[in-house]
Amino acid sequence: MASSTPKRTRPLSPNIQIYRPQLTSVLSIANRITGVVLSMYAVALVVWLVAGAAGPRGYSTMHAFMRSWIGQILVFGGTFSFFMHLCGGIRHLVWDAGYGFDLRAIYASGYAVVVTSTALTVAAWIASIIWVG
Amino acid sequence: MIIRSSDQVPRAAALKRFPVPRNFGVSPESRIEQGRMWPAPAGATRVKAFEVYRYDPDSKGNPRLDTFEVDLGDCGPMVLDALIWIKNEIDSTLTFRRSCREGICGSCAMNIDGTNWLACTRFIADTGTPATIYPLANMEVIKDLVPDLTHVFAQYSLIEPWFRSKTPEPERERLQSPEERSRLDGSYECILCFCCTSGCPSHWWNGDRFLGPAVLLQAWRWLADSRDEATGERLDNLEDPFRLYRCHTILNCTRTCPKGLNPGKAIAGIKKMLIERRS
Repeated sequence: MASSTPKRTRPLSPNIQIYRPQLTSVLSIANRITGVVLSMYAVALVVWLVAGAAGPRGYSTMHAFMRSWIGQILVFGGTFSFFMHLCGGIRHLVWDAGYGFDLRAIYASGYAVVVTSTALTVAAWIASIIWVG
Repeated sequence: MIIRSSDQVPRAAALKRFPVPRNFGVSPESRIEQGRMWPAPAGATRVKAFEVYRYDPDSKGNPRLDTFEVDLGDCGPMVLDALIWIKNEIDSTLTFRRSCREGICGSCAMNIDGTNWLACTRFIADTGTPATIYPLANMEVIKDLVPDLTHVFAQYSLIEPWFRSKTPEPERERLQSPEERSRLDGSYECILCFCCTSGCPSHWWNGDRFLGPAVLLQAWRWLADSRDEATGERLDNLEDPFRLYRCHTILNCTRTCPKGLNPGKAIAGIKKMLIERRS
């Protein structure tokens, strides 16, 4: 017997719109975002090197930009992305070896990534200010 | 706050949901509209509001979010008790699955306050105000809180979750040592409620081909079984960029499992077996 009413498409229940952010998912997306940021900084690094190779004028323009407040924020973000992605990557390597899967270890290593990457970023900036100025 | 077991409810959350628009990437028929308010009956002593996802396939309308006032003085302690109370006292059309009311059947899995859990083992006292109740995330909805599990069960059958052997059947049982048997601990207890699969962002975006944590935990259950003789075929079946390797070790699965199991660890075990097989 053919049905007289066409079948309605069923709605999809919400996912990202309602699911509670947890350390697990937040650090996963943070690792992705910092990875994307780092690939953009790889391009920026090449631009910086090309500017340096192009001569003193190009280099000083680039240098002045990096010294401006917006440049400083960008470099700071790059430093943090670097350390965050590094620490997150080490956490993933440990998982790939099959360790650290207890919920307690997952949370402890997650907070360790946040604290360590922040501390390393601050330490790197303090060191660069002391030695380079 | 360090979470030690999946049944811990965080006391305070910095973010209740990700900072995306309410209808971010949502198809027109899935958009959730403002629903109606169902006040508590007169004489209610302790009133608590529950926001509940509603969808009626017989109406032409979209899903909506209704608010029910539940009289806690007249209701049991669990979220499932509140839903049953609503069905008995306020709106008998509220539809949800339930059976055992003690966390062993997996029927009442749903999204409570943003995380997936069994309604029968979540205390109302552990929910926010208002408590928010949605069906399992990222599932096609049949009605109200009843998701269509056809797809995830089809994925389950893909891993052939039954004993396979090539050797002739022995005269008596196939024996296992206590050590061999203990390798199955942590995977045979799965009740297939699909809280983990529904909470996995990778399964949200690639659920058509990625098998998801619940099914991969069961794949591991058969790979780990000393009596099973199809390990090679099972690994061949899983060695695929999508079926297994869309797992990015987010570990929402382990965080949300109402039985305290560890699908994330099982998936890492499968990945390890595949690498060891190659070398």
